[in-house]
Amino acid sequence: MGMTVAEKILARASCRNVVKAGDVVEPKVDLAMSHENAALVINQFLEIYQGTNLQPKIWNPSRVSIIFDHRVPAESPKTATNQKKVREFVLSQGIGKFHDIRGDVGGICHQILPENGYVRPGSVVVGTDSHTTSHGALGAFAFGIGATEMASVWALGTALNIEVPATIKVVVKGTFKKFVGPKDLILHLIGRLTAQGANFKAIEFHGPAIRLMRTSGRLVICNMSVEAGATAGIIPADKETVRYLRSEAGVKGRIDLVTPDRDAVYDQVIEISVSKLEPQIACPHTVDNVKPIKDVAGTRINQVVIGSCTNGRLDDLAVAASILKGKKIADHVRMLVFPASGRIYSQALAKGYLGTLMSSGAVVMNPGCGPCLGIHEGALGDGETALSTTNRNFKGRMGNPNSQVFLSSPAVAAASALKGYIAHPRKGAK
Amino acid sequence: MGKVVLKLADDISTDVIYPGRFMATVLPTETPQYAFADLTEFNAALRGNQIAPGSIIVGGHNFGCGSSREQAVSTLKGHQLTIVARGFARIFLQNGINLGLRTVVCPDVEASEGDELEITELEIINKSSGKRFSVIPLPSARQAIIDAGGLIPYTRKLLIERTGRAF
Repeated sequence: MGMTVAEKILARASCRNVVKAGDVVEPKVDLAMSHENAALVINQFLEIYQGTNLQPKIWNPSRVSIIFDHRVPAESPKTATNQKKVREFVLSQGIGKFHDIRGDVGGICHQILPENGYVRPGSVVVGTDSHTTSHGALGAFAFGIGATEMASVWALGTALNIEVPATIKVVVKGTFKKFVGPKDLILHLIGRLTAQGANFKAIEFHGPAIRLMRTSGRLVICNMSVEAGATAGIIPADKETVRYLRSEAGVKGRIDLVTPDRDAVYDQVIEISVSKLEPQIACPHTVDNVKPIKDVAGTRINQVVIGSCTNGRLDDLAVAASILKGKKIADHVRMLVFPASGRIYSQALAKGYLGTLMSSGAVVMNPGCGPCLGIHEGALGDGETALSTTNRNFKGRMGNPNSQVFLSSPAVAAASALKGYIAHPRKGAK
Repeated sequence: MGKVVLKLADDISTDVIYPGRFMATVLPTETPQYAFADLTEFNAALRGNQIAPGSIIVGGHNFGCGSSREQAVSTLKGHQLTIVARGFARIFLQNGINLGLRTVVCPDVEASEGDELEITELEIINKSSGKRFSVIPLPSARQAIIDAGGLIPYTRKLLIERTGRAF
């Protein structure tokens, strides 16, 4: 009986020849990522050692990454003090992959890990962030965990009592229409599966539309797999993965591609053709409340957000700039742009995208999670509506329970900013 | 025996349980004040100690979906609440087990606010309606963590065993 990608990765990491869905394993962790919540991880980590006579020591500091992105620059003395404590801990433990608040090497964790080549096909990646599923875009098994579980990983170097998930296979065929892409595909899939349709399962993506997709788009797909409840989203590594790792992430060493066996056993197989897919919108207040754009076109909006770990990459900014070039956004709309990393910010600056967006009326902010989770920037007023390229629209998500958030692709967000209401980016299309 | 103090719908996210704007607060000793902060009446009742320890929240499917923030568990644990749901999101369920929040998976549960529930290993008995509902037991791998008193003592034990072996 063959294995899925998730089974193969977990078998290798657990030093077994074969594992199957439902087995309980203790995989070695290749990369353990945290952001500001490292402050809590440190607290739990130190507690593990209490009364043991052992010195608190991370099993392998070169495999730990800490990236400040959720509240950057700090919005409060409390956050600033937490960040200070984390910095001190990073120094004392010799943690290597630390990304502070910086314009050159800083950014959002789910962009920093791929662009620095920290994630490789076949890796086991854990992160104290639910969108850690993103890194399945590079053929890794990557999943979100809580702070206490991370403390345990820091102590032992393994993830304890992990149940091997069953896998849903999604085969994507056809060719996207203009201004339709990865975000529309994943929103469509979440609408079909529902917010819990993939709970405790992995999703493995196949098909010609995936093979033709760049890593930037694959990151969108895997990032949002968790919105269907998936433990992990995985795109088996291929030529594009190698291209990205070599030419964009500067990886020099050997890259092993992990592919599923021909006779791998799947929980279910879903086929999707994207040829007729139109832009998809997730409507308030759940990510699976997905509708084709024609059902909500014309909805008046007050704020547009382009950015985040989902859609803050160079091609996202490029498409927004192409739509807004030489035009002005509607008077009643505030448009906030958050590039996903300092590197992307610089690239977008050099290519003129940021200048174009600013000339159209957008405010370009520093890389970070920004308003996505309602912490310190871009809050909404009572009764206001946002259209955002981020990944969640839960009630109160952007900091105000008396507001609503719609989710879309960058193309729809840019076109809608021009009109002041949700609008199709293709002229004349509905 | 506990009283149902809050009945919730499907897909209750961790943003609802512990809004993002309080995420700079991380310590389990400090998070309880922000439980369900945007359900202002319920939050006030919790902070005013009007909710007895052992009280029960009944949720629908996919309880605790969304962000992995552990505050969403420590904030409920701090009030010694029990969460009964038709189903849980993975990370929330695991965080609950790790921190010792009592979570009960009961796919068919029917209960209203004010009902008294008796929860056993096998079933939930709704004393107010007289109905009984089967409980899905936790997988043994997760039960081991609960039996150890949570993930911190569980890891501590393994760490000592393995460090001993290394020397």
